[in-house]
Amino acid sequence: MIRFEAVTLTYPDASAPALRDVSLHIPEGELALVVGRTGSGKSSLLRAVNGLAPTFTGGTLDGRVTVNGRDTRDHPPRELADVVGVVMQDPRNGFVTELVEDEIAYGMESLGLAPEVMRRRVEESLDLLGLNDVRQRPLRTLSGGQQQRAAIAAVLAQHPRVLLLDEPTSALDPAAAEEVLAALQRLVHDLGLTVLMAEHRLERVVQFADRIVHVHGDGHVTDGLPVQVMADAPVAPPVVELGRWARWEPLPLTVRDARRFAGPLRATLSALPASPAPAVTSASPVSATVAELRKARVQYGSHVALNEVDLQLRTGEIVAVMGRNGAGKSTLLRSLVGLTDATAGQVRVGGRDPVLLAGRDLTSAVGMVPQDPGDLLWNESVRQECEESVDPDEAKRLFDDLAPGVDPSMHPRDLSEGQRLALALAVVLSAGAPLLLLDEPTRGLDYPTKHRLVGLLRRRAASGGTIVVATHDVELAADLATRTVVIAEGDIVTDGPTRDVVTASPQFAPQVAKVLAPVPMLTVADVLAALPEAL
Amino acid sequence: MTTQRAARALHPMAWWLWALALAAAASRTLNPLLLGALIGVAALVVAARRTEAPWAASFRAFLILGTVVLGVRLVFEALFGAPIPGTTLFTLPELTLPEWMAGVRLGGDVTVEALVAAFYSGLQLVAILACVGAANALANPTRLLKSVPGALYEVGVAVVVALTLIPSALTHLQLIREARRLRGQPSRGIASVARTATAVLAGALERSLALAAAMDSRGFGRLRPLPAGERRVTAALTLSGLVALLVGGYALLDASTSPLAAAALLALGATLALTGLHRANRRAVRTVYRPDPWRWPETVTAASGSITVAVYTVAAVVMPATMLPTTSPLAWPALPLVPLLATLLAAAPALAAPPVPSTSGAGTSYPVQPPASDEHLPEPSKAVAA
Repeated sequence: MIRFEAVTLTYPDASAPALRDVSLHIPEGELALVVGRTGSGKSSLLRAVNGLAPTFTGGTLDGRVTVNGRDTRDHPPRELADVVGVVMQDPRNGFVTELVEDEIAYGMESLGLAPEVMRRRVEESLDLLGLNDVRQRPLRTLSGGQQQRAAIAAVLAQHPRVLLLDEPTSALDPAAAEEVLAALQRLVHDLGLTVLMAEHRLERVVQFADRIVHVHGDGHVTDGLPVQVMADAPVAPPVVELGRWARWEPLPLTVRDARRFAGPLRATLSALPASPAPAVTSASPVSATVAELRKARVQYGSHVALNEVDLQLRTGEIVAVMGRNGAGKSTLLRSLVGLTDATAGQVRVGGRDPVLLAGRDLTSAVGMVPQDPGDLLWNESVRQECEESVDPDEAKRLFDDLAPGVDPSMHPRDLSEGQRLALALAVVLSAGAPLLLLDEPTRGLDYPTKHRLVGLLRRRAASGGTIVVATHDVELAADLATRTVVIAEGDIVTDGPTRDVVTASPQFAPQVAKVLAPVPMLTVADVLAALPEAL
Repeated sequence: MTTQRAARALHPMAWWLWALALAAAASRTLNPLLLGALIGVAALVVAARRTEAPWAASFRAFLILGTVVLGVRLVFEALFGAPIPGTTLFTLPELTLPEWMAGVRLGGDVTVEALVAAFYSGLQLVAILACVGAANALANPTRLLKSVPGALYEVGVAVVVALTLIPSALTHLQLIREARRLRGQPSRGIASVARTATAVLAGALERSLALAAAMDSRGFGRLRPLPAGERRVTAALTLSGLVALLVGGYALLDASTSPLAAAALLALGATLALTGLHRANRRAVRTVYRPDPWRWPETVTAASGSITVAVYTVAAVVMPATMLPTTSPLAWPALPLVPLLATLLAAAPALAAPPVPSTSGAGTSYPVQPPASDEHLPEPSKAVAA
């Protein structure tokens, strides 16, 4: 269905090609997963399939890309629209119309479908992605997850034979992600849809994949069956890491498969004298309060985003804030940094109201990295961004630490998602505020970058910092957080040590916990710490 | 209205036809009573049938703009207007200008006649603005785009994308303000605006590019291949039609040209342009999802406006003294019965148009027709409204 023949893609002003001599064939009805490090060229591979690269990005493409027998050199993207559907990384950039329903109909209108067909498919797509309640809502008023689903619904309504998805679940909470993936799998099974999907959160998608396309850092691409590629890929979900460490054969890709191997391991672990203290324990209750919310209430019009929330944040804590899309996680963070004023109740950071702070007073009290780290960057180069932060040298050192080997004259826009986050983080951290807030920091991050981020945040907390992370990433929460707060409909519904919270809920449990239940271990690192000598 | 009618939005084209017809009617008269009636009718219909959408607030903005225009017109008349003999109201100190500026007057006597004449022509502008404002308030711009013929669709999209650029740039500006606050930089003031302007512009451009890529990959602008000769004929037809429409429109608004010639030109232009569009439509593959239907309320709305402009045009020829009342000597303008009835007929959409869909869920019927207008409503529209 999709065929690459000796394709080399070079962007203008680039020193090396983004894709190098790629030959690849994806047969009809396969779900192929594109994996690779941050910035390795996964998006370029997707864009090349329907000709968006090089038509809209510039650059040159050597070799041949054909989709359903059509050569992308002879067919501009619009002539492929009936065959290929694309959902790009940030769905907000792709919305053409104002309302959900019109957006879903837009592509079909362009294809010239009959009105009755359009009407039927709009209803089907609304149901398939669970958007019927918001069909008449303006797109910009939807939550991130709803926007992502609307973008997918809009493309699916065109009934493409090939679907290209760039990070389709990165903005979704675990339940919504499962729904979207289940819907995709149904389409692959029932309609023979061919799917090419780039995704960093392998733990969510690897079990659905028929093939894994691995984009290496130098632009080379290899592909193979999931079990083969996962055996030695540098990026792997926790369940695979556990399987590799325990030398399970064949390598399990799903929690279910792993559980069938894990009997002996569970027995060994539960036979240990006592569960050793995890590397990070919850902060002792005597440590000082850094920030607190007292009966804080935030309302947008008639919509209550936070409902009389009481929360205390103490020194040395790493708090994960979890919950559905639109539950109030971002509002909580925004009120702690004074971007949103509480309608009622009190918000105090270091004893003061953050809304009243500005300039150095604010940055020395609290720092925040917003959901899109690019929002924080407005200068022309990495060097300028560092120079404009509170402590330029510290910012530069932190950035080199997190994202080594980046040319400081690069434009922040040209950085990969992970490098951009590193830059925003360096800029914010250099101010040295005791309280650090991160909104969905692992969106678009590969596992190695995530590990570096976790290391940095742990060191920060160990030296007396307090960190709040709003996230959908259960693996990150399990790995990093000492305490987990679950928000629903503006209320805090659970607040406790991460280990207790995530093992109690199947929705928030990380893969290792699911494999090893009832043994309360959350990550591969926990297992390694408990059993230093390999099996 | 005895039975409850289903709420729906009236076809935006009907609103625009109605409003433009009223504006054209306003351009045929300087009679303040008729102009006032036209403004009143526009306001009444807006009050009865506007939605809660953001663009619905624009009528008030247009009225404010009209009032400002009227004020400026009066002040300019007093300061610079050519002297009209009559009752002097007050005298402004007159500036003696050098020889080479002879003909330009600054200050001097201000007569009632001059001010009244200025008021009449100012009121005409207010009435035209009110009609355009009413169309803006009543018709959904994106739905209007849907009824644009396929051949013109690309142009329409360009306009709509350009319009969305402003709100999206504002959102981006807000984000950058927040970012500056988070980084401890001043978020207000000229220096900060200068620093952020490039980032806002770059962001808006980037989003436009991303939008273009998204639209293209969803099939925007797909065309059916047609032979080049046929394309050239289509282009020639459309172009000459548009030129004829333009000239005809100018002739209609210009009171010194024969209305018959104007009407003929308009008809010719419309025929040519529509033929061209029809041929061009064969190239476009686009279809429309849930198009706005054109039913009797649309016909009534468009017809009521057309009848009004027709009556005004004829009246301007038949009774110029009433339609363009003299201000020198000053006289109280007469109220011509037939044009007044025609004006009141233009209020028919307030009843004939279906109730607007309610977004808050409350109130499906609109109890907004003042009894006065109901009584004066001439027979034909009563019949269709019932």
